[in-house]
Formats: sequence, structure tokens, C-alpha cells
Amino acid sequence: MGIRDPDPILPLSKAAEGAAGRTGIWRTERPVIDYGKCTSCLMCWLYCPESVIERVDVDGREMVTIDYEYCKGCGVCADVCPVNAIVMVKEV
Amino acid sequence: MPRIVVTGNHAVSYAVKLARVKVIAAYPITPQTTIVEKLSEMIENGELDAEMIRVESEHSALAAAYGAAIGGVRSFTATSSHGLVYMYEVLWWTAASRIPIVMAVVTRAIGPPWNIFVSHEDIMSTRDTGWIIAMAENNQEAFDLTLQAFRITEDERVFLPAIVGLDGFILSHTTEPVDIPDQKEVDEWLPPRNQPYVLEPGFNYSMGNLSDAESFEEMRISMQRAMNAAKKVIREVGREYGKLTGRRQYESLTECYRCEGADHVIVGMGSWMGDAKVAADILWNEGYRVGVVRLRYVRPFPWEEIRQYALSKKTVMVFDRSVSLGHAGPLFLEVSSALESKPSMIGIVAGIGGVPLAPEDFVSIVKKYVGLVEEIGRINMPLVWHHLGSYHAFYKHE
Repeated sequence: MGIRDPDPILPLSKAAEGAAGRTGIWRTERPVIDYGKCTSCLMCWLYCPESVIERVDVDGREMVTIDYEYCKGCGVCADVCPVNAIVMVKEV
Repeated sequence: MPRIVVTGNHAVSYAVKLARVKVIAAYPITPQTTIVEKLSEMIENGELDAEMIRVESEHSALAAAYGAAIGGVRSFTATSSHGLVYMYEVLWWTAASRIPIVMAVVTRAIGPPWNIFVSHEDIMSTRDTGWIIAMAENNQEAFDLTLQAFRITEDERVFLPAIVGLDGFILSHTTEPVDIPDQKEVDEWLPPRNQPYVLEPGFNYSMGNLSDAESFEEMRISMQRAMNAAKKVIREVGREYGKLTGRRQYESLTECYRCEGADHVIVGMGSWMGDAKVAADILWNEGYRVGVVRLRYVRPFPWEEIRQYALSKKTVMVFDRSVSLGHAGPLFLEVSSALESKPSMIGIVAGIGGVPLAPEDFVSIVKKYVGLVEEIGRINMPLVWHHLGSYHAFYKHE
């Protein structure tokens, strides 16, 4: 790779999906949502450090889903869920 | 152009005020404190329209000043010794972000044992961080270099932060007359704030994210090129500053005092080079042809100028007010890199922790080594530690 010009070369980057690869393969535990308990309060969506929790519309009801391609399994969502609707399950 | 009578620290404060700095963040530490005290007073009096952020540490002081700078305004901080090494991480972060910011470093020994006096270990520890480093000899220079630093750092060919060094107590708390331009003149001379990017709403980039090794190295090469360009920019800004103030010496990164016809030179930086100049006068009167090469900038290192002034000399005596324990004085090592050991090279460490070195000491040291060179020919001594009249040689000369 040649040295780009002109200067300065700045430490800036544009956000892009999967810029660091499929980080889901780093996971040792996966968060699993029990939709019977979930109240769609969105606490997990708010707290997820990787923005892998998505808000989806299911028959007019707002629900959350997890993108396992990029979820690293940190467990923050399970920790903040006020109704214990998310449990961490060992990856096999 | 008014003349004021001020300490070195207050000279810096006036330069910061005239640069219309918007944010100052600082934590008190001797001997820096009176710089930010004065600025605080100026804000309180309504003379300076700026915000003073009081923080809980020097790490936070530079982080806050950096945050303001990356957000688009001119900012400033000042520190010394323990404070400087405490903010060491943020020095790297600021420089590699390519964000212009100016900081005064009032040089002081680093403990233990506790010591508040002049020594250059603190400022010399910043050499690898990507900051431009200037070093004042007197209060006028402390003012001049600070004001010029704003224009140099914000030049698009540079975009690097700058430290202006001034010696603790010798300058920081000593009063001298200083000529300062008035606000209108500075407003015309100093362009508005300029920086490579501003972190603000709508700027959809991430700063400092994880990078691959190749990009990382390219950014460092880019910084090195900026340092190279800074030599040219410093000279240009110095020339412009000469037009503003009539003080023309800033067109060069170094000063060579009584070098015409000199056989030997003293090399060093900071306030004690004033004493070295007095020593040079005494030595010339006694028949010793000795000049003084004073570095006004350590980074970028004035490699070409050092060669120009010292390569053809018989003896080069580098006076370091700091030492890289286990080897030698850092200025000696750097000056040696420009001279291929052609002259006799003597590295003298002295004045550590504020131990005074009088002009008479310079005279006797110079006589000793010039005598040795005249007697036995070319020698190379990386470290002789001069302490209270005795010499501790750490390398055998060859």
C-alpha cells in the first residue's frame, strides 16, 4: 500500500456495517429473548454497546430482535432487562 | 506597541489573551500556576472572553482543553513536572488527532525527592509525542514563542499541537520588560482558528477508531512530514512576526551567538544559555574562540542548522539540563545525530534539580575540554556529569 497524499492523513473513519469483521463469532454466550415476558420497553436497545438490537414492527406491535452476526455476547442486555426476559445461553 | 514589566509566566498569559483563546483548562502546579491565575483574573475582569474549566487533574486538564479544541475553538493549558507526566497519555492523543492546541510547560525537576526548581527532564520527556517544542531564553521569547505557536499549529501544513517551554523560577517568577503588540495588531496578524476537522453534530465520522496497522503507520509518517513542514512554517511565521514586532530573530530555529570565527561551540537551550553567552564573552576576551548555539526549537529538531553551525567546529560541548539515565543527555544524543562525530563531541550534564551553573562554571568547563582537545586531538565523550565543581565521566573518551 502506497503512502497517500496530500497530508494530513487523519484518524477519522466512517461507520460501516461489519467494518471489524463478523464479530458474532467472538461470542461465548448468546442472549435469547423470551417474548412471553418481553414488554418492549427498549432498555436493551438503549444499552446495547454494539447497536445489534433492532426495533421491528410485528403486526403493529414494536418488538426487539438481536443480530447474531455482530452480537458479541457481552450480556449487557440481559443485565438491564427489568423483567428478566433475556437469558444468556452457552454457545456450543 | 506597549512595553510591560512582567514575569515569564505573565508574559505567556498576555500572549494567550492576545490570541483570543476561548477555553482554558488547568490544574495548579508550581511553577506554572501563576500563568492560569493571571488568565483567570483576566476573565474575571472582563478583559478576556474565555471559559476557565477547573479540573481534578492534569490528565483531565489537557483532555478538556483538547475537547474544546476538537470542538472548534482555540484552547490552552499549562503545566510543569509531575503535572506534565500525569497528562502524558493525552499528549499522544492530541498530537495524533492533528488538533492544534498550545500549552506552556514551565520546566521543573520530577521527584522524588520533591523539587520545584528548574530541570529539563519534564519537557524532554515529550519529545516523541508529536508536539512541536519551543524553548524560551527570556521573558520576551516566552511571549513571542507563545503567540507564534498559535499561528504555527493552525497552519494546514502543520496541524500539530505545540509546547512552549520556559524555565521554572529563572523565567517564570522573574520580572523583565516585555514588548507586546496591541490587540488590533494581533487580530490582523493571527488568522481565525483553523483546524483539519471539527467534531460537531452532523459530522458523521468516528475519531480514533480501531485501525489496521498500515493506516496507523501512514498516519505517523504523515505526522513526521508535518514536522518537516513545520520547520518551513516556523521560519515563515517568524518572518511575519518580525514584520509585526521588529524582532527578526525568529526566522531561524536556532540562534548562533558569536559563532563568527569560533573554533568551539556550546550547544544548549533555555534560560541558562544567557549565562553561556556571558561565558562566551569572557572566553573571547581571554583568547578562547567559543560561540553559543542555542536551540529555540527541540521539535522539529533543527538538524540542518546544527550542521551548518557546528559541523566544521573543532569542539562541540552540549549542555544538557536533563539526562537519559543509562546513557547520556538527550540534547547531546540529538546533536550528535547531526554531526557524524566529526568535531570532538562532549556531552555535559549539569544543573539537574536546579543546581545553579554560573557563567564562571561554563568558563571553567569550556577551558577544561578545549584544553583536552588541543592537547590530545579529537575526543568523543557522551556523558560528563558536572556537579558542584567535580566531573563524573561515564564513558572513556576515544
